[in-house]
Amino acid sequence: MKTASPFLELDNEPRVNVVFDGNALSLPEGANLAAALMAAGVNVFRHTPVSGAPRGPFCMMGACFDCLVEIDGTTKQACMTVVTDGLEITRAHRDGALT
Amino acid sequence: MTRSDLVVVGAGPAGMAAAAQAAELGLSVTVLDEQACAGGQIYRDVDRVVPLRGDILGADYVHGTTLTAALRRAAISHVTGAVVWAIEDAFRISYTREGRGVQIEADRILLATGALERSMPLPGWTLPGVMTAGAGQILLKQSGVLARNAVLVGSGPLLYLIAAQMLRAGTPPKAMIETQSRGDLIGATRHIGGALRGASYLVKGLRMLASIIRAGVPRHTGVTDIAVEGTDKAEAVTFQSGRRSHRITCDTVFLHHGVVPNTQAARSLGVTHSWNTAQQCFVPQLDDWGQSDRAGVFIAGDGAGIGGAKAAEHAGTLAALQIACEAGRLSREERDRRAAAPRAGLAHELAARPFLDAAYPPYAPALLPDDSTPICRCEEVTAGDIRSYAKLGCIGPNQTKAFGRAGMGPCQGRYCGLSVTALLADATGRTPDETGYYRIRPPLKPVTLGELAGMNITAPDTAEKEKAHD
Ligand SMILES: Cc1cc2nc3c(=O)[nH]c(=O)nc-3n(C[C@H](O)[C@H](O)[C@H](O)COP(=O)(O)OP(=O)(O)OC[C@H]3O[C@@H](n4cnc5c(N)ncnc54)[C@H](O)[C@@H]3O)c2cc1C
Ligand code: FES
Repeated sequence: MKTASPFLELDNEPRVNVVFDGNALSLPEGANLAAALMAAGVNVFRHTPVSGAPRGPFCMMGACFDCLVEIDGTTKQACMTVVTDGLEITRAHRDGALT
Repeated sequence: MTRSDLVVVGAGPAGMAAAAQAAELGLSVTVLDEQACAGGQIYRDVDRVVPLRGDILGADYVHGTTLTAALRRAAISHVTGAVVWAIEDAFRISYTREGRGVQIEADRILLATGALERSMPLPGWTLPGVMTAGAGQILLKQSGVLARNAVLVGSGPLLYLIAAQMLRAGTPPKAMIETQSRGDLIGATRHIGGALRGASYLVKGLRMLASIIRAGVPRHTGVTDIAVEGTDKAEAVTFQSGRRSHRITCDTVFLHHGVVPNTQAARSLGVTHSWNTAQQCFVPQLDDWGQSDRAGVFIAGDGAGIGGAKAAEHAGTLAALQIACEAGRLSREERDRRAAAPRAGLAHELAARPFLDAAYPPYAPALLPDDSTPICRCEEVTAGDIRSYAKLGCIGPNQTKAFGRAGMGPCQGRYCGLSVTALLADATGRTPDETGYYRIRPPLKPVTLGELAGMNITAPDTAEKEKAHD
């Protein structure tokens, strides 16, 4: 899952620990979760319910719903979520309607 | 339930300018926006970000701080993180904030919900790593995150703007893959008069283009047959330019061929929309003040038709003047006197639009994609599926729902709506106006049961009724 990041990060915020799909990541506190995950080298955020195709953020403005992840059992748009210490994030379920 | 004279949805340039003007004229104003900071798409997080990288983003971006300052000064309640999902009756607005549903009432509403990137369905466009150019800009503005190995695909001023910003940040795009042709530019020269009246746009655009060329970023123009290759993520873009085939490897693809009005909220209120051929999208029918055919519903900014940030600001001010006039806070004479400057400003801003629309038209193959290309990202419905529904007698977007799930996913057709209209219109030989658009009903954004359960609806309602009976 984690490859060398295709992104460069300009800011240097203090980092906090989160878990994405069982992997520990250290992300900038208060950052946009979708941006932070991408900068950490995460490409695939979820697989579609219909064909299982991989998806990642597309619009970054809360409109496309391709960045869905699951946090504490709730499906959320990563691009509308802020990084906080200890977040436990999993890839949204294949059958993951919004709960 | 709280009540305001005016509720503004959207804290971009249109919403901020309108709120400031209305509050100055004595109206109580509430601004709702789902983002955590004021600014909208163009001035995203402007107050926090200017000290960090105002130099990279440029003077046009920094201008946003004047609007956010006005939003703070005036007597305006700006509710951040407020996702508006229903506007009903005249008017009760429901939104979600921090996992809780909230309602507010208003005499009038201004929809300043801005634009969305025009969907650009082409082979491979759903792969991770393929994003809108606007998304690339949001990554830079809000998060200081830059794609190191990106190509820009499509056409239009925004494509040059993001390229120029990437250059200034020290991560130039690997290539510009541009779809507009020499013929488009020649055709656009008939609008040159307007372009010259709005010359500041052209000068800015030419400067950006010059910086891109100077930096040695390869530009391919008049490009066709674009496809993104990759298995689990974007790996390369292939295309034809002239008679040559190209393949450029990359990690990130930024797509852009214009923006279109975000009409979801207006449609849910039953505002009449009509097709704008020059901009290839639906726009709400409005009068000179931004008033729609639904009493009390105003629309300003890119949600009313694409005009850009400065035009949005002027349109917001004009709508606020009319709203204040209707509310009895301003005489008609005073309204007209105050309207003169923003009206002139608006005309100036819109002067160059016909030229820009003609010089940078949408990429035609993405308006009517190949059969195998998915157009509905949520439910993975392809262009071929829509064509097959048309063969079975489907003539309008709402009927497609009887055949398949296009437009029924969480994005509610925001990205496939115009594609479905265009494909059906093309297949049936009817106009986009005859073909129509998805019927939009609340909730405009998915609401969870928890959010509904947390909503305090009945209590304030009953309390108010009791008061009325006293
Ligand atoms: C991603 C993107 C990036 C852009 N970047 C630029 C740029 O750098 N330069 C430029 O000149 N133009 C840019 N544009 C074009 C842009 O549309 C206009 O220049 C300008 O932002 C329009 O202003 P506005 O006030 O009409 O809307 P916007 O600035 O788009 O503001 C609309 C606001 O409404 C809010 N909103 C929408 N729906 C809801 C809802 N249901 N509930 C709560 N809030 C809601 C949004 O969060 C947003 O803040 C961009 C467009 C997009 C889509
Ligand atoms: S990336 Fe589109 S909703 Fe988050």
